[in-house]
Amino acid sequence: MALDSSDKPRTFKVVGTRPLRPDGIDKVTGRARFGADIVAPGMLVGRVLRSPHAHARIVKVDTSKARALSGVKAVVTRADFGAVPDGVADVIDNCMAGDKALYDGHAVAAVAASSAAVARKALRLIEVEYEVLAHVTDVDAAMKPDAPVLHAGRQDETVPEGYSQNVMSRVEFGHGDIDKGLAEADRVVERTYRTGATHQGYIEPHACLATMGPDGQADLWCCTQGHYMVRNTCAAILGMEQGQLRVTASEIGGGFGGKTTVFLEPVALMLSKLAGRPVKMVMSRSEVLRATGPTSSSSIDIKIGMTKDGRITAGFAQLRYQGGAYPGSPVDMGSMSAFAPYDLENVKTVGFDVVTNRPKAAAYRAPGAPMAAFAVESAVDELAKGFGLDPLEVRLKNAAREGTVASYGPTFPAIGLEATLEAAKAHPHWTAPLGENQGRGVACGFWFNFGGDTCVTLNVTPDGTVTVSEGNPDIGGSRASMTMMAAEELGIPYTQVRTIIADTGSLGQNEVTDGSRVTFAVGLATIEAARNAKREMCKRAAMIWGIDEEAVEWVDGAARPAGPNAGKHDPMTLKEIAAIASNTGGPIAGHYEVNAEGAGVSFGTHMVDVEVDPDTGAPKILRYTVFQDAGKAVHPAYVEGQFQGGAVQGIGWALNEEYIYGEDGILQNAGFLDYRIPVASDLPMIDTMILEIANPGHPYGVRGVGETPIVPPLAAIANAVSAAAGVRLTDLPMSPPRILAAIQGKKGG
Amino acid sequence: MRYEAPNSVEAAIDLLAATEGAYVLAGGTDLLVKLRAEMLEPELVVDIKRISGMKGITPEDGGWRIGAAVSGAEMGEHAGLTGDWPGVVEAVGLIGSTQVQGRATLAGNLCNASPAADSVPAMVAANATLRIVGPKGSRDVAVIDVPASPGKTTLGSGEFIASVFLPAKPDHGGDAYLRFIPRTEMDIAVVGCGVSLVLDGAGKVSAARVSLGAVGPKVMLVDAAAEALIGRAPKGDALEDLAAVCSAAATPIDDKRGTVDFRRHVAGVLARRATEIAATRAKGETA
Repeated sequence: MALDSSDKPRTFKVVGTRPLRPDGIDKVTGRARFGADIVAPGMLVGRVLRSPHAHARIVKVDTSKARALSGVKAVVTRADFGAVPDGVADVIDNCMAGDKALYDGHAVAAVAASSAAVARKALRLIEVEYEVLAHVTDVDAAMKPDAPVLHAGRQDETVPEGYSQNVMSRVEFGHGDIDKGLAEADRVVERTYRTGATHQGYIEPHACLATMGPDGQADLWCCTQGHYMVRNTCAAILGMEQGQLRVTASEIGGGFGGKTTVFLEPVALMLSKLAGRPVKMVMSRSEVLRATGPTSSSSIDIKIGMTKDGRITAGFAQLRYQGGAYPGSPVDMGSMSAFAPYDLENVKTVGFDVVTNRPKAAAYRAPGAPMAAFAVESAVDELAKGFGLDPLEVRLKNAAREGTVASYGPTFPAIGLEATLEAAKAHPHWTAPLGENQGRGVACGFWFNFGGDTCVTLNVTPDGTVTVSEGNPDIGGSRASMTMMAAEELGIPYTQVRTIIADTGSLGQNEVTDGSRVTFAVGLATIEAARNAKREMCKRAAMIWGIDEEAVEWVDGAARPAGPNAGKHDPMTLKEIAAIASNTGGPIAGHYEVNAEGAGVSFGTHMVDVEVDPDTGAPKILRYTVFQDAGKAVHPAYVEGQFQGGAVQGIGWALNEEYIYGEDGILQNAGFLDYRIPVASDLPMIDTMILEIANPGHPYGVRGVGETPIVPPLAAIANAVSAAAGVRLTDLPMSPPRILAAIQGKKGG
Repeated sequence: MRYEAPNSVEAAIDLLAATEGAYVLAGGTDLLVKLRAEMLEPELVVDIKRISGMKGITPEDGGWRIGAAVSGAEMGEHAGLTGDWPGVVEAVGLIGSTQVQGRATLAGNLCNASPAADSVPAMVAANATLRIVGPKGSRDVAVIDVPASPGKTTLGSGEFIASVFLPAKPDHGGDAYLRFIPRTEMDIAVVGCGVSLVLDGAGKVSAARVSLGAVGPKVMLVDAAAEALIGRAPKGDALEDLAAVCSAAATPIDDKRGTVDFRRHVAGVLARRATEIAATRAKGETA
């Protein structure tokens, strides 16, 4: 079969349109089944007992009274799990505490009971003897040599002497000579920036249903961003073979990175194993906030030098991220991404991964990058303003381009940063007048994007419709995108393709839905699977026509003879070929398995206007515009939704969201009343502009778009608030008390 | 847990008085949340919505008697009430979401006994009274006398609020309520301020009540704030004095919602702004 592989820009029929989303009706009517909607006959209610202490040695857990309570079918503590492989040791310790409870909310025991009331009562009957230890929740405090230590003896050799053992590792990136660069500058800005820990704030709490039979075969339904990860992790923890555990992903009510690990699932499986009955577990909102995976809080020192004409001569950042109770904060990615938008001769970043008595950080949309961009982009803004330079021009002057050696190592191929800056400069927003107490801010952001292990199977049904099976939970519209790419490639209407998220028994290994990878990697696999199906259908047509397989081509949803030498045959549509497939060799399918490379980095520029009430410090977002390179927008409405969603989460992070711990190390705001995500009335319509600089690594030019839009907002808003308030804000969140104090400090001093 | 929905005040009192750990259910916008959060496990819940008069807004002595189960949405749609006491109606309208407004009540907001309750400073400024019924009969009490401390009221065993009475609106009177929240809705007051005032023929304040919420363990009526206004036109220096008095009167704490300095300062800002709105209304202009 001759496949169209020419270099000319392709025109699309389905890709780039805005069809109805396939999950829309289910979600608005309540028919969609989320994690907590799964039920099984005879299921029990699983509940978790959690530590009321920030840091405590668990001396003894006495479960005898709980076990004796009528209706209690199983009680689990860490002892039930025994030894586990090293790779999952921290994972199980986070799901069920071992020797020590390491944060407020850390799971200590769990029960499965015939009702929620019995389970609640059983938890009260579990007696835990704690030896309370000194705790630390602040990143800078945790680094001091005399800080209370969470894990003795686990420090990496990369950490120099003089730090607490809470500093788990140190990373360093960059090139050139910082001191030389700073010496060439006309001005150097040196500041410390801090950001609060934020939670992804997904609306759906974690939930799962586990059932394990006496033969050791198990099924698990859960809301997750990666059921293959859940399978592999749980199998390792429970000592099962991966093939014995089938995991099905439910519909998912938001993830944003927070559902890329396990919390309840191994516990539910163990409870089911011991009880011999299905066990369902659903977290409350306070459990979600206390004991899942927010992102790091950070403390960042910046030193940037600039000439008076706006050239950045050197950029240095030291980044300190606390990642909660176990190593693995995203400080490495913060350190790699901090200066990525700039073409710099002299650049260096140093990152410290620090543990504290807080829940272990999980991924959150471009993990580690927003805080780093906040610090760098705030300092660049301050320098530009200090010289009276246009902040967009300064960024254009220093922008990374094709051929730029990135601060973290690689040389960029074609990238879209300049395009977003030029679009921002030309947009009416940039020149719109501002009123009193109003300010405008801009900032750039970068994200790596990712590919990874991916499988797709595409089946042609006897009536000529097509089903696509993929292994990645749909958190951003991927079913629509896969359906569109399959329809595009096959030359059939969108409505004749349906995409499902297959369980772990149906496909090979699939990487988690993360790294903005799905539209890129699963899309690539879907296109290749469709091409394989087309190849097979051309073969069937060739067989019927009695001509060579190579003499058949696929055009507009049908096989037809390629060129005059192939003979005269009427085209055979997909429907016609499907109808007689049984007589031409059997059912038709295409599949594709790949470790996808070539994801293509993504850049964005954000512009925001803010008004600050000088009497109360209250900020109001007046106008917001996102400019971002999407490579190729498969379903532009979803792309715009990603841009808007990232901006809104960034607004929350910038203005109000933060984990607040008391002196006692207890989380003070474990609920959506005092953990303030933005509400609709806080926001203007977020305007978007999609730029399309094709990614050479994808057949249609697609780049991931989901994470980049949360990278610039923190800095863009800080720059706007600082302009409106007339004073530089360096600590997030910029809550009204903090802004008012800054304004009053300015008056006083 | 037992649920009862009696038809009479007497039956409700009997149920409440006979059961330790009984809770009154009107709108349920606090009670049900606490039940679902497993903060409470009541022995008995007594729903008062089936008792005659609990859902009515009726004229009385030139003012309005509002049944204990009247929702915020019903108040907001009542032209007479909204015309006379716009500040009180706006305050109750700030509670929760549109859905919550369909259930939330003045009496419930008061009995939840949060220092940050929005409708309470507005009722205090309006000099509202409550009709409390109980085993010893019925008594009328000023709103300011009901909150005792965070989460506690002065209601006795078996007692509940049957109605709220808003007095006749004085001629050339106006009221207003403002709160500060970090967001624009669905939030809880960091500072709240209610103002009710009367203007004389010369445009000077002849009577005033100024109340503050969320800056102390319970709502406070700031007499010195009224004194700062009375006899003066509500503008300029009078407002600056009012703001200073309110900032000084506030006794807030540092907590997750705000700092002492912030709350003191904003108490003054809101008092000034609420007074301007109340004065505009007293002049018969819309605000």
